[in-house]
Amino acid sequence: MTDRSIELEVLRYNPETDSEPYWQRYSVPHHHEWVVLDALNHIKENIDPTLNYRWSCHMAVCGSCGMMINGSPKLACKSFMRDYENLIRVEPLAHFPIERDLVTGMDDFVSKLARVKPYLIPKQDKPVEEGEYRQTPAELKRYKQYSMCINCMICYSACPEYGLIPKFLGPAAITLAHRYNLDSRDGGREQRQEEVASGEGVWECTFVGACSEACPKHVDPAGALQQVKIASTIDWFKEQLSSWLK
Amino acid sequence: MAKVNSKPYQREISNTRWYWRNETYMRYIARELTCVFIGIYTVVLLVGIWRLSQGQVAYETFLQALRSPMSIVFHLVALAFSVYHSVTWFNLTPKALPIQIGEQFVADRVIIGAHYLGWAVVSVVFIFLAGVF
Amino acid sequence: METIQADIAIIGAGGAGLRAAIAAAEADPHLTIALVSKVYPMRSHTCAAEGGAAGAVKADDSLEHHFNDTVGGGDWLSDQDAVEYFVKEAPRELVQLEHWGCPWNREPDGSVAVRPFGGMEIKRTWFAADKSGFHILHTLYQTSLKYPSIKFYDEFYATDLLVDDGHCRGLTAIEMRSGRMYQFRARAVIIAGGGAGRMFPFSTNGSIKTGDGMALAYRAGVPLKDMEFVQYHPTGLPNTGILLTEGCRGEGGILVNAHGRRYLQDYGLGPETAVGKLVLKTMELGPRDRLSQAFWHEQQKGNTIPTPWGDCVYLDMRHLGEKLIDERLPFVRELATSYLGVDPVKDMVPIRPVVHYMMGGIHTDIRAATPLGGLFAAGECACVSINGANRLGSNSLTELLVFGRRAALSAIEHLNSDAQAGNDAALSAQAQAAQDRIRALFMRPVGTESISGLRREMMDTMELNAGIYRTEKGLAEAAMKLAELRRRYAAGVSLHDKTNVYNTDLLQALELGSMLDCAEALVLSGLARKESRGAHQRLDFTGRDDMNYLKHSLAYYHPSEPPRIDYCKVVVTKSQPGVRNYSGDKK
Repeated sequence: MTDRSIELEVLRYNPETDSEPYWQRYSVPHHHEWVVLDALNHIKENIDPTLNYRWSCHMAVCGSCGMMINGSPKLACKSFMRDYENLIRVEPLAHFPIERDLVTGMDDFVSKLARVKPYLIPKQDKPVEEGEYRQTPAELKRYKQYSMCINCMICYSACPEYGLIPKFLGPAAITLAHRYNLDSRDGGREQRQEEVASGEGVWECTFVGACSEACPKHVDPAGALQQVKIASTIDWFKEQLSSWLK
Repeated sequence: MAKVNSKPYQREISNTRWYWRNETYMRYIARELTCVFIGIYTVVLLVGIWRLSQGQVAYETFLQALRSPMSIVFHLVALAFSVYHSVTWFNLTPKALPIQIGEQFVADRVIIGAHYLGWAVVSVVFIFLAGVF
Repeated sequence: METIQADIAIIGAGGAGLRAAIAAAEADPHLTIALVSKVYPMRSHTCAAEGGAAGAVKADDSLEHHFNDTVGGGDWLSDQDAVEYFVKEAPRELVQLEHWGCPWNREPDGSVAVRPFGGMEIKRTWFAADKSGFHILHTLYQTSLKYPSIKFYDEFYATDLLVDDGHCRGLTAIEMRSGRMYQFRARAVIIAGGGAGRMFPFSTNGSIKTGDGMALAYRAGVPLKDMEFVQYHPTGLPNTGILLTEGCRGEGGILVNAHGRRYLQDYGLGPETAVGKLVLKTMELGPRDRLSQAFWHEQQKGNTIPTPWGDCVYLDMRHLGEKLIDERLPFVRELATSYLGVDPVKDMVPIRPVVHYMMGGIHTDIRAATPLGGLFAAGECACVSINGANRLGSNSLTELLVFGRRAALSAIEHLNSDAQAGNDAALSAQAQAAQDRIRALFMRPVGTESISGLRREMMDTMELNAGIYRTEKGLAEAAMKLAELRRRYAAGVSLHDKTNVYNTDLLQALELGSMLDCAEALVLSGLARKESRGAHQRLDFTGRDDMNYLKHSLAYYHPSEPPRIDYCKVVVTKSQPGVRNYSGDKK
């Protein structure tokens, strides 16, 4: 069902042979239901086995194939070729170091994720034998959206603050902290605030909103970060008030 | 052969030109720039209060200055920017202030609408106080 | 070669690997745990599981029911002692996950909600909308970050196990970002490397599911058990193989053929039930093997709908309504809409059966221990076996948890009993040999065999000859073809990319090697099993033959010959093999 061919320009880089990245052009068939990832797989299988990129699920849930497609961070498995003109430019995710071709380094994100303690710190310990914590559908809904992050790092790539100030904890990590803070079972907010409300934390965010526009899972990290700011501000006022009252 | 880097490649980001990269960034910078005009307008207001404290003559001179074409142009621009800022901000409020009633979240347009309503009420009160009615 | 020391090395950081790591870290914080994974943990394919995880907790349910559904669903090839342990541990594990924050769907009173799944007498599937696997994986990964004793070796591809004196003492792995090889020395090794569905061209499995964990154990002399049993999921999107969860039918979706008629009643799954009224364990809520086989028969009769991607039937969910679909199956709606352009709220979705899960795998006992000392296995790569000849939907996520934990506990028992470090010189020599093999691959000049070409030939023969229905002739042809492909692979596969950093040409070459080995074990086991049971259906031996085949197949590796097939006993405790009855009349 190929109706025409389409040009794909891919940013290549091999630290062992290149001093800087360069563009390489491939001609691939255009299929109506192909996504950009299908085109990359076509290249890998039929044209150039030395092209490197990450992918796995092909259904927008594993988060492996984030890359810049015509300048915007996208999942290659969810970007349909039919939505583009005759030339598609594919680059590694912006703001991250390029390891090789479309593969970027993930260490920074992984260490930031660990710093915000993205796990349940129970309000009250309850032995497993006593069964589940109760949580109403409303309480679940309160944080559910923020638990949908697939760690694709597209929001970091969309966020100009992260690009300019790499120490910024960034949208996904803070959103996941917020997800646990909002969980009715959790009592760990104070511990997370050390990182989240620090100079490298939420206050680096100036609400550009690009993270939420780019997020392929509609997690709305920008919203989460503004909520964290409001909550942190209220904390500060409470603290001032209580010290004043003493 | 070109010099080999032998390590991950870090792309540079321009401190001064990054906001041209896409429309979202440009809209953001536009929103941030509005504060310059709103800031200047605030200074003008403060000058007005200061002149008022100096007596009627001084205040009349200030009012006279406000009627100059330059001043009117500035005020129109400042008004446009503050409206732009308010509208973009109002549209973002449902993200920052979600309200959950029972299981459902209050719809975005309700939260946005409430802000516009508040804006309208405050404006009417001020216009009333200013003696227009 | 640099050596990394650990008490326990775990290969694979999906559901089972992470659960094992956490269990080990909790049991003894002084242990060093090396979690070696070829992808970052959150990329593991557990994330793609949709429907949910089974555990009997509700008042109307019982362990007995869960046991009976599982054993009958597995066509009595499950080891019943293992199933008994599994159903007993299941609720505890699911509650544990809840305590770690997993966002399970809830009842209005705040207790965990359950949904029906295929082959279940009582509904017992815990679910997080239709992203249960995703939430389980991320809950486990995020929880694992709590434990400083878990060391992550992400994007390390394990190439070989190090075995000395009948004991597994470690492994070698290539760090993808540098291309360097490391040897890991560990007193116990757990393999949790996932399935091998990518040996088939049409599969729900992600690209990473290439049977590497199975191949590691297999080449080290551990048999692969019951490899012939491959589960086809009845409802995959026809163009991509993307899974639409069994939850679609659990919530009330129905299957109809080209004539707009429901057809499952024609295949022992009737009588037809009213649309919108859920009757468990019959019609669309029958087990996966039966539903996929019914599709095949409809196809033979010409009752399917031809599409550019093959013949299909329809999954009709329109009567469920937008509200329910958005609340309980939002991902399904998103997937069908974006990848096929069909909105299940408004239209029937064309679907066809798709390779989904390997019931077989590394031979382990009820303790998750393999016959090789110090080596344990859990998850899809392992075969305990609780799944028998056909896994029930939503048992696999629970299996990751129950046997992931079990593998860690058994590994710790092993540490306490076998304190020896092994012969250092012998192990280093093995590691060196492993590295030399990879080097040789780099040195080999580019030849005419391409990785993608060999892979395509393997996939084609598997699709043609080892699908839903099989024959002697087809399986024999596949066996010949695979032997040929293995020879050609060994003699001729070469790399176009001779550099070190993130070389996926090398990765794919190694993955292809794993898949070819697993595929051959699968086909040879299938050829030897001259009966039809569960997911293994032979057109030339149509009945189940308990006299001769109520036993597990065991495939033993040979470096240049086809595997030797042997058998071991099925553990039958309280449920004698009977008739699998999915007719709604049974009560």
